[in-house]
Amino acid sequence: MSTLKIPISSLDHVQGNAKAACTLVEYGDYECPHCGAAYPLVKQLQKHFGKRLRFIYRNFPMTQLHPNAQAAAEAAEFAESKGKFWEMHDLLFENQDRLGSDLFAELASNLGLDPGELYRALAKKTFTDRVRTDFTGGVRSGVNGTPTFFIDGQRYDRPMDFDTMVKAIEESIAS
Amino acid sequence: MPALLSPGTPAPDFALPVTPDQKLSLSELRGRPVILAFYPADWSPVCGDQMALYNEILSEFQKHEAELLGISVDGVWCHTAFAKDRNLHFPLLADFEPKGAVSKAYGAYFDAAGISERALFVIDKDGIIRWSYCSPIAVNPGAEGILDALEALEK
Repeated sequence: MSTLKIPISSLDHVQGNAKAACTLVEYGDYECPHCGAAYPLVKQLQKHFGKRLRFIYRNFPMTQLHPNAQAAAEAAEFAESKGKFWEMHDLLFENQDRLGSDLFAELASNLGLDPGELYRALAKKTFTDRVRTDFTGGVRSGVNGTPTFFIDGQRYDRPMDFDTMVKAIEESIAS
Repeated sequence: MPALLSPGTPAPDFALPVTPDQKLSLSELRGRPVILAFYPADWSPVCGDQMALYNEILSEFQKHEAELLGISVDGVWCHTAFAKDRNLHFPLLADFEPKGAVSKAYGAYFDAAGISERALFVIDKDGIIRWSYCSPIAVNPGAEGILDALEALEK
C-alpha cells in the first residue's frame, strides 16, 4: 500500500487542529470533475469529525487533460500569499465549470485581492514551482489520479462516499 | 498463465505497430532505460487513468533518459484516437496481431479477459529487466515504483 512520503509541514495548506486525531490529505485538481464531486464530501467529513480531523490540500493538476488546472492552482497559491487560500480554494471548486482567467480575476476581486497582481503572478510563473513541488511529491507518494486521499499517511483506495470514508477515518483513529 | 518476467531476465525483443504505417522495436531503444507499461484498454475513466498520469510526469522519466512505451491489445487506430483525445506524448504500441503475443511473452496477459495485465517493467540500457510489477487490474499502480527503479539503475 502506498504511503505519504512528504510529511506535513509549514508549507502545507492546513485546515483544522494540529493535534487532531486524524489527518486527511487530498491531492486535487481544480478542474477535475471527481475533485469537484469530492469537495462537498470533504466539507461533510470536516463537519462530522470536527476537531478530530485535520485537512490538508495539495496540488496535483493534470495539465494535459485540464488546460486551466495549473493556472487555477497558481491562483490559489497567489491567494495563499495574501492569506486567502481556503477562500480561493472553495470558490474555485464552487465555480469549476467557469475556470479561466476571467473567473480568476472575478474571484480575486471578490476576495479583495488585486486582479492585476494575480495576472502578473500568473504571467511571471511566480507560483509554478510551488505547485510542481506538490505534484512531484504526490507522484513519489503513489498519487495515481485525482483526487487521491491519504488518511493518516495511508493511501485511500476504497470508494469515495461519505459512509465509507467515515468508516475508514474511524478505523484509523481507533488503530 | 506464465509468471511475470522477473528482474535479471533479458527483455524479449519485439516489434509492434506504433502508428498505422510504422513499427517500433525494443532493440532500437538499446542504450537507454525503457519503461514498458502494459495496460488493459484504452478509454478507461478519465482522471484516474494510468496513461494520463504517466503523460503528466514524462519529464520525471526523461530526467533518467528513459523511454516510456504503453502497450495494450487495442489496435493502432484506437491508440491513435486515444492518444489524440488524451494529448499523450509517448508511443502506444498495439499488441493486436497475433493478439497479446508480446504481453504473453512478458507474462503480462490476462487470458480470461483477453487483455494485457496492468504490468510494469523497467529495462536497463543493456536490455535486461531490472524491475517488474503486476498491479491488480482495477488498481492504477501510479509511478513511484517506476521512479524508484530508475533511480536504482543509476546506483
